[in-house]
Amino acid sequence: MDISAIFSTMQAEISLAVILIIMLLADLILKQPNHKALQGLACGLLVVQIALNIVPVTGEAFGGMFVNTSMSSIVKTVLTAGTLLVFMQADSWINREDSRHKAGEFYVLTLSTLLGMYYMVSAGSFLLFYVGLELASIPLACLVAFDKYRRQSAEAGTKFILNAMFSSALMLYGLSLIYGTCGTMYFADMTAMLTGTPLQILAMVLFFAGLGFKLSLVPFHMWTPDTYQGAPTSITAYLSVISKGAAAFALMSILVKAFGPMIENWSLLIAIVTVVTITLANIMAILQHDLKRFMAYSSISQAGYIMLAVLGADGQGMASLVYYVIVYIVANLAVFGVITTVEQHNNGRVDREAYNGFYKTNPHLSFIMTLALFSLGGIPPFAGFFSKFFVFASAFHAGHWLVVFLALVNTIISLYYYLLIVKAMYITPNDNPLPTFRSSGMTRACLVICLLGIVLLGICSNVFNTLSNVALL
Amino acid sequence: MEIHVIHYLVISTIMMFCGIYGFFTRKNLLALLISVELMLNATNINFAVFNRYLFPGQLEGHFFTLFGIAIAAAETAVAIAIIINVYRNVKQILTDDITDLKG
Repeated sequence: MDISAIFSTMQAEISLAVILIIMLLADLILKQPNHKALQGLACGLLVVQIALNIVPVTGEAFGGMFVNTSMSSIVKTVLTAGTLLVFMQADSWINREDSRHKAGEFYVLTLSTLLGMYYMVSAGSFLLFYVGLELASIPLACLVAFDKYRRQSAEAGTKFILNAMFSSALMLYGLSLIYGTCGTMYFADMTAMLTGTPLQILAMVLFFAGLGFKLSLVPFHMWTPDTYQGAPTSITAYLSVISKGAAAFALMSILVKAFGPMIENWSLLIAIVTVVTITLANIMAILQHDLKRFMAYSSISQAGYIMLAVLGADGQGMASLVYYVIVYIVANLAVFGVITTVEQHNNGRVDREAYNGFYKTNPHLSFIMTLALFSLGGIPPFAGFFSKFFVFASAFHAGHWLVVFLALVNTIISLYYYLLIVKAMYITPNDNPLPTFRSSGMTRACLVICLLGIVLLGICSNVFNTLSNVALL
Repeated sequence: MEIHVIHYLVISTIMMFCGIYGFFTRKNLLALLISVELMLNATNINFAVFNRYLFPGQLEGHFFTLFGIAIAAAETAVAIAIIINVYRNVKQILTDDITDLKG
């Protein structure tokens, strides 16, 4: 294979690596007051990155170590777009007096996790997958502990890195058992060797545990609320959508591609985990008053819904998973955009009581928040309804009607707690609500994009059609 | 006595579960880190042994071991940096003292 073929297959990775280096150099060259320029540069480069890689590329490199399919190309573009939205809404936090001197580090670290996710979603072997996973999680730990002088941030960082190491050690143990039974680490060769012996089932469960930590599925979710609460809000947003979306796609493609012969074993495992995840997270979310902690439990239950698409285990399941991730990215980032802005104008308060009477003073922000929460809850005209419908349909198609029924019941519970925030904003009276404020231009642009996504992604049916056509190729 | 693959596997399994036990029971953050290192090294032994005894014709397992060692070192560096930061903020690195976040 000649070098130009490798370049064309890996063009997304190479251009992102170039962007990473440019950001690193720009951080060195630009002086202190130029944090605005740094943010503009980061956003502009990501737009270029999306434009360069909008056309899906397929191909293999390094003897099947790196496999790019049209679907993984699309997923990479979606993740890049989500990162762009995070960069846009981060400005009210990163341009603050106490954190602007390390703005460059924020962009570099975030982009390097994105590069890790790129490798994770298009790995063709467990070796590259493991390297990508670690590249996606080690800089993320630095980001979680980014506010060096805040006790909570340090605590959240500790919890994150120790749990990430523990889970990756469990996963590696599983991978070593797979290597012992199969003699190969390539997904393509592995399928023939996997027969569902007890050792291989143990290995599969350990592997699932490793990714379950990243996705925060229930037995492995204990770190999520603490980390989400302690991390800076923009990092929480990144953690809850981008890193989760990449892990979900990687999990599904590996389970289908490599563990295909063991589908009976893992679909039972995932069915149980899904039901427990959604139910427990919903019950815990009702009890929360801190909005970031609340969003953590909400994101755990959303991860459970994503797992329904994995149960589908075919092209339609893959398409509904990617569609769910896209819709989840816009809705969740809209909520986090509002939380970040309110936090900056409210002395860092993120509890639900701070939002009482919010509609009277800031009608636009509360309108966006309401629509995003409706979408997360799955109320019909918005995109969240359609994405939930498609994941339910794909799990139902695979015959898991009991799981779908329990998830449906849970959707109603989740509506209750999403509407608690809406009630606080519109109905609960408050003598001194938050004063009226105007958020920065970048944040407003980000919120408008999210709003358009929430409204249009559901109505424009050709989004899902395109995805399912690509998935069935 | 000849040393077989089974002897190595017994050692690595014991190491793995010692690590898991330590991770759940120790109170000091550095002890937690040591426990995780024990787990990672158990997997490295597994990879190297499987490659050496079961698939002597290839190198995949040895490469995985090398990557595992390098990445574990990077992880440890970040973890220790964060633990130092915890010490600066809290003046303690016992898990009982870092309980600000709870719901």
